[in-house]
Amino acid sequence: MIIERRATRAIRNRRRHRGSAEPAVLLALLLAFLVVATVYVSAAHVFPAPPPITRVAVQVDHQYSITLYATGAAFVFAQLGLAYAVFRFRDRGQHAHFTRGSVLLEILWTCLTALVFLVLGILGSRVWAAVQFSPPAPDTIQVEVTGTQFVYTFRYPGPDGKFGRLDPALVNAPAGNPLGLDPKDPAAKDDIVTSTLTVPVNHPVELLLRSQDVVHNFFVRELRLQQDAVPGTVIPLHFTADRAGRCEIVCTQLCGLGHYRMRSFLNVVSESAYEDFLRQQAAAQ
Amino acid sequence: MSASAQIGTAAPKGFLRRCIFSTDHKVIGLQYLFLALAAVTLGIVLSLLMRFHLVWPNAHLPFLSGGIMTPEQYLALVTMHGTIMVFFVLTTAPQSAFGNYFLPIQIGAPDMAFPRLNMLSFWLTLAAFLCMAAAFVVPGGAPISGWTAYPPLSGLGDVTGPGEGIGQTMWIVSILLFCFASLLGSINFISTAIDMRAPGLTLMRMPLTVWAWFVTAILSLLAFGVLLAGGVLLFLDRSAGTSFFLPAGLVVNGELQVRAGGSPLLWQHLFWFFGHPEVYIAILPGMGVASHVLANFSRKPVFGYRAMVLALGAIGFLGFLVWGHHMFVSGMSPYSSLTFSVLTMSIGVPSAIKTFNWLGTLWGGKIQFHPPMLFAIGFVSFFVTGGLSGIFLAQPAVDIMLHATYYVVAHFHIVMGVAAIFGIFTATYYWFPKMFGRMMDETLGKFHFWLTFAGSYCIFMPMHFVGIEGGVRRYADSSGATYLAALQPLHRFMTIAAFATAAAQLVFFYNFFWSLKRGRKAPANPWSATTLEWITSSPPPADNFDGRFPSVYRGPYEYSVPGASQDFLPQNVLAEEDALANQETPNAR
Amino acid sequence: MPGNVATATLQLNGAGGNANVGAPSGNGGQGSGPSGATGVPQRTYVTGMMIALAGILMFFAALVSAYTVRRGFPNSDWQALEVPRILWLNTLVLLASSFTLARSRRHLLSGDDESFRHWWGVTAILGVFFVAGQLIAWRQLVVAGVYLATNPSSSFFYIFTAAHGLHLLGGIIGLLAVAFRSPRRLARRTAVDVISMYWHFMDGLWLFLFVFLLAGS
Repeated sequence: MIIERRATRAIRNRRRHRGSAEPAVLLALLLAFLVVATVYVSAAHVFPAPPPITRVAVQVDHQYSITLYATGAAFVFAQLGLAYAVFRFRDRGQHAHFTRGSVLLEILWTCLTALVFLVLGILGSRVWAAVQFSPPAPDTIQVEVTGTQFVYTFRYPGPDGKFGRLDPALVNAPAGNPLGLDPKDPAAKDDIVTSTLTVPVNHPVELLLRSQDVVHNFFVRELRLQQDAVPGTVIPLHFTADRAGRCEIVCTQLCGLGHYRMRSFLNVVSESAYEDFLRQQAAAQ
Repeated sequence: MSASAQIGTAAPKGFLRRCIFSTDHKVIGLQYLFLALAAVTLGIVLSLLMRFHLVWPNAHLPFLSGGIMTPEQYLALVTMHGTIMVFFVLTTAPQSAFGNYFLPIQIGAPDMAFPRLNMLSFWLTLAAFLCMAAAFVVPGGAPISGWTAYPPLSGLGDVTGPGEGIGQTMWIVSILLFCFASLLGSINFISTAIDMRAPGLTLMRMPLTVWAWFVTAILSLLAFGVLLAGGVLLFLDRSAGTSFFLPAGLVVNGELQVRAGGSPLLWQHLFWFFGHPEVYIAILPGMGVASHVLANFSRKPVFGYRAMVLALGAIGFLGFLVWGHHMFVSGMSPYSSLTFSVLTMSIGVPSAIKTFNWLGTLWGGKIQFHPPMLFAIGFVSFFVTGGLSGIFLAQPAVDIMLHATYYVVAHFHIVMGVAAIFGIFTATYYWFPKMFGRMMDETLGKFHFWLTFAGSYCIFMPMHFVGIEGGVRRYADSSGATYLAALQPLHRFMTIAAFATAAAQLVFFYNFFWSLKRGRKAPANPWSATTLEWITSSPPPADNFDGRFPSVYRGPYEYSVPGASQDFLPQNVLAEEDALANQETPNAR
Repeated sequence: MPGNVATATLQLNGAGGNANVGAPSGNGGQGSGPSGATGVPQRTYVTGMMIALAGILMFFAALVSAYTVRRGFPNSDWQALEVPRILWLNTLVLLASSFTLARSRRHLLSGDDESFRHWWGVTAILGVFFVAGQLIAWRQLVVAGVYLATNPSSSFFYIFTAAHGLHLLGGIIGLLAVAFRSPRRLARRTAVDVISMYWHFMDGLWLFLFVFLLAGS
């Protein structure tokens, strides 16, 4: 590799190849600034997601962080490498170094990349299993979530523990039957229908997502959990909240003109407050 | 009697045959290019309206009926912006415009294999564009279901929302026309690349641009047929009472719908089986151009040419196996999600190889910062950024908090809306002298680059953080969920950056159109490049080589070969001719 | 011009990597001819047709997979459709047309132009009969009250037969075009080859669709 070493008469060089330094320097500076700004904003958590309220959510955050470290390292290396390359090898009158490549390097960085992805994939699949494949606990509370244009409706099975039959032909929101509960079904009589979701803390909950019209979605940031609600299906989603509080439920699947205002609340309350809630609701239905 | 068909030997006369209804691939390429320029202008205007509305939702806009933008108007902008950009800019400019113009020339052919089919492809594409634009002005307006058009929102007519009536139908018809046009176009590209290469031009001597167009055409061929099928089924669901995508028991707006048994997920599978290869169709030609230009202006061969070819093929092939990563939270089986995740991560490997090889091409080079080179370097930077954010989305465990947030919007805009566009800019600045016989202004070009590079990062880097904090995409404004208010400062910053960057594009348009008429006359080979398009005049004659068709004796990137008398060896020159070629090939640098 | 000089050199020392040259030396009337130098080699049209068929295949593959998925839903409203019996006759007709087409091509190759035209015409007529037979099948279904939207099985039936029928109509137009007009750019043999490929593919595709629909009934 023969690189002509110029004398350090930088001024004379620049005059001869006027213009080649400025774009190189500017590009290198911009890339460096990009890297510094991005790393800072990410590391300093300037725009954080809200604190997680389940153990699985913590795992999701952890996987996000690991991915951030790996991709962050690649980002810094690649962008700064680019900056360095364009600066160092700008045209200063040297000859370019002729090479067709290096099989060794290709093998090296292919294996390295594949390894990083493999590790990330394995770690991530464990978290995914925690989200999707955890076995149902015996005392799981079931709540049905129905998405419509543009509200959420929640249904508890009531004291009998059974969800009553729904009939789409009976849906009549103005008349107070948004879900189409069949009055002839005895199991439907004690079903509790609400517009917000209340669950007890530290208690496994299984949501049964459905939709009446178009594809909706159920997303709670603090749970690090979202799932599309697809008409014609019932999709289970489970979590165990370990902190009381109030979170917003939003729809992330484009569902029509009111998509942006389809919003409800998840209230995580103590066990006794939850029992009170059920009692009050049962009386009011 | 010749066993081959003669084409293009007599240049047609008359303005109509020469410029409008021409079968010359160069004219058709330019027609596609100007169509894409018109489409990108419209697409940018739509996006500026969107960004403006997100920050000032109650502003009075006099050109809107009613004065204030409604949520459905916002969603119509979202839908049309996405559709127009993906189809009529990112599928049209890199492949149909530049590919049509330069594939035949780079392989030493007089035209595409099927010139009349080529012309038909263009006119179908134009018809598709007009049909799409017409959706704005039909009763009900443009559709609001996004460029992804998920049923049942898109499958029932206007009972689900404004614009879902005739507007959605126009959209579907336009897409079906576009599918036909693309299929016909890919037949041309693939046949030409296989059968019409110059003597000596083996596959492993083809420029990476030709490889990219070739692989992209294969993707097009295999993907658009599936979109066509899905589109037909959606059309029937809407207008013939079928239920491919519509389940039973739908109650929309209080009305029970008489449909049964269909699945919205079926549409999603069909759409994304097309949709994922589509985004590789958008980026692969840009990768080819980037490799090509980086070699040219580093005065070095592409680092690892063979690996680059294999990577193109691997990305193309794997691109067909990963569509489910758009559907991790769709209701698809979680086991399928794992499979798709593994496959998606593996696409990262050939993509990383390409990035390393681009760096390797620059390394040890003699880098000259002409505008095409600046945009090629910018391409690499944005591809790295956008590709890396994809790794988050490729894992369902992380996607579950990022799906349908602005994080996804940031990711695909950086790879498609910036990197692929930078590929188009690279191609334009690089080949403008060849296409139009004139040089673009260098100073304006560089100025355009700096503004666009900085501006694009300013628009799209903050967008990641909006997504991480939970900002949901396709929201008309932030008055729904209360936590969204905290994201408004970021939105304001991005909107200002968007307007500034859009304004910077005026520099490009001015440069482009001014240089058409007043640019310095371009020599045949202003960049001292090696590939076949540079041995012919600028612009090329009707049959590309004035009857003297080249043979090829070497690879496409023989720059700075030790022992050569100049730092590049054109593909059509034997070693002994080196000295002769030195005198005959104009060296305008 | 560099290009000029290089061509001369090619003649002198036969350089250019003949083994890998993109256009192998021709084998007479059919096929190769120089590429790039004067125009499109005849074999390109064959390549083009193969590629077109791959694209068409993907379209039908999408429909077939949609059918498979739809049929496989649990608690489905799918009612197996009884395939109209005339479809058996139509299938035989189409199969016969492939034989007549192959025969006509053999006559062309052996120089018997009149027999070529005769069997070519028979193929076209058989094709028309096939399409007519498909339309009769539709009529029979309509009379029995089975429409496009009646049941998903009928929806797919109509779509498969319509899509295939439209493609076959395209093939008939191709047959007529060769019969009535000598194409400027295509040698007649190439046109015959290309249309044959298309026709046989449509035949094979129909066989597959027919068996597929039968299996679902």
